[in-house]
Amino acid sequence: MTLANDILLEMQRRMLRIRYFDERASKMVKRGEIPGTVHTSIGQEAQVVGACMALSEIDYMTGNHRSHGHPIGKGAKLGPLMAELVGKATGVCGGKGGSMHLADFKVGSLGESGIVGSSIPIATGAALSSKILGTGRVSLAFFGDGAANQGCLYEAMNLASVWELPIVFLCENNHYALSTPAHTVTAGVIAERAAGFNMPGVRVEDGQSVLTVYDAVRAAVDRARANKGPSLVEVMTYRFNEHSEGLRLATDYRNAAEKESWLKRDPVKMFRSYLLDNGIADASILDQLEAEVLAEVEDAVQFAEDSPYPEPSVAFKDIYTESFGGTQ
Amino acid sequence: MTVTSYLGAIGAAQREAMEADERVIIIGEDVEANVYGTMGGGKSRADKGDFLQMFGSNRIRNTPISEEIMVGAAAGAAMTGLRPIVDLSYSTFLYMAMDQFINQVAKSRYMFGGQASLPVVFRSAMFYGLSTAAHHSDRPYPMFMNVPGLKIMVPASPTDAKGLLRTAIDMDDPVLSFEACLLWGMKEDIEDGEFRIPFGVARTVRQGTDVTIVAISSAVPQAVLAAQILETEGISAEIIDPRTLVPLDSLAILNSVARTGRLVIADPANRTCGAAAEISAIVSELAFDCLRAPIIRVTTPDTHIPFSPAIEKQLYPDSIKIAEAVRKVTSARIGAGAPARMN
Repeated sequence: MTLANDILLEMQRRMLRIRYFDERASKMVKRGEIPGTVHTSIGQEAQVVGACMALSEIDYMTGNHRSHGHPIGKGAKLGPLMAELVGKATGVCGGKGGSMHLADFKVGSLGESGIVGSSIPIATGAALSSKILGTGRVSLAFFGDGAANQGCLYEAMNLASVWELPIVFLCENNHYALSTPAHTVTAGVIAERAAGFNMPGVRVEDGQSVLTVYDAVRAAVDRARANKGPSLVEVMTYRFNEHSEGLRLATDYRNAAEKESWLKRDPVKMFRSYLLDNGIADASILDQLEAEVLAEVEDAVQFAEDSPYPEPSVAFKDIYTESFGGTQ
Repeated sequence: MTVTSYLGAIGAAQREAMEADERVIIIGEDVEANVYGTMGGGKSRADKGDFLQMFGSNRIRNTPISEEIMVGAAAGAAMTGLRPIVDLSYSTFLYMAMDQFINQVAKSRYMFGGQASLPVVFRSAMFYGLSTAAHHSDRPYPMFMNVPGLKIMVPASPTDAKGLLRTAIDMDDPVLSFEACLLWGMKEDIEDGEFRIPFGVARTVRQGTDVTIVAISSAVPQAVLAAQILETEGISAEIIDPRTLVPLDSLAILNSVARTGRLVIADPANRTCGAAAEISAIVSELAFDCLRAPIIRVTTPDTHIPFSPAIEKQLYPDSIKIAEAVRKVTSARIGAGAPARMN
């Protein structure tokens, strides 16, 4: 699919946002500036952005614990995301979600989930709303190769298929569920499981190419929007960092040669080369883009630092839409 | 006023809500065929045609037997503009969807800082007392009382079933409705047309002066029978039905205990950490000085439900056990004088 130059540059901008945001977050975890830990999408930017850019602004999306990339890819502002990671009142969830439970309803991000697979039914329900209310919105559920072995995925795929719901099931196969190699716990090819549910299933072997991911997801999104029902897209990718920042394991479950070969396929560098080689932008424009995004991330960090922590009473807010003096 | 059954009342509330708001849908196993009799919309089980004809297959949807996606998809749909009613048929089927109930339905609004509202009702029937054995007989509302973010209704009359359910459907928070099958056939005159009963407001079923009986779900008619027996013995029992357990009308219970000085709680759920345990704790903490006798809980013991009627029926709070508990608290004395007999 031929895309306008400004769309291509927007793809690079969003990939850079994820890269720089997560690099900064990683440092902040190690310095104790972010409580707990974070799971970075570094190395998986093409897979995230290719999928998000195939959606329109009004479309819905849910995700998982590897969580920052999804709302960033969908267009969320960085300041409230970073403030959330730090636990500030200005965080996108007011400081009650944190890294693993980001949500930005303004851009259709209905929530990341700390429970593997658990947000897939939510995305399915959003697709049901779209179908019944006739809003034309498409839903996309991000989940990993680990979640591909959760039962709720198959309940969701079956229901989405029999009800012809406008949803894309997007499996981010980064080859490992924490330390467990996917092939040791997963029978067959995940994408091929779609056949059993009477829906298209495709595997994108080059998940490091944002355009390849975009094309595959766009086809699934177009199909959904045309009321032809759900699809499963499995994208092969790799996380460059550890499962979570600061995690130290005694065994190196990923061998050096494998890691090396994937690091050579850095999606952000690859797409920069593509933009240069195809005369879409020259080096100065791309350098400027990188500088802009770096500054945007620094602004987000500054915003987070400058923001106040939530008041203690916020811990009791939004349990319900009204307060009724439950036991506190 | 029209004589209406408990089942008919549920159907009427659903029909009226669906007529009033196109965003209300019903999903669940066998809902298209009205297998459980709550999709009739009139004064009794099959009255007033069926919902599929009235509202069409876009809004009345049979689901696969997949509780996790039923509950999760309803949550996602509620977050994005629909107002689903999920018919989960048996209350024990809720367990199949515990992750969605607790991690998604209950927490989404909170975790996302108020961005999400979840106007969704999960209805289920408690089939206890009908020889359906352990996999179909639970009264699991206390375990959900332990999960902030969920509201819980336990109607014990046709009027309450209709009025509370309509409030639940119109409400922007997730509600679990636990309906007792033992009450399905109960009939009474109820108000014609639409009406709503607020959550968190207990019903005084019967006024009395010597003892407060807080009764839940099917224990309410049993408490009424007990009170009639006790009256012949010169004991005046007040009966309070909380109607909703979350929110709980603690004030109504405390005010009643302040007047009577004695409390018996009749709760068909299991004993440990049950609704009765919570109510007992609240009264002990806040109204200890008013108590003239120890609180007695009449609950189902901590056992599973056996199949054989020969051994099932003995387990639940009934009028005999409730009356016996009342006799104990009215004869006990604590504080000055001899200590109460503990038996």
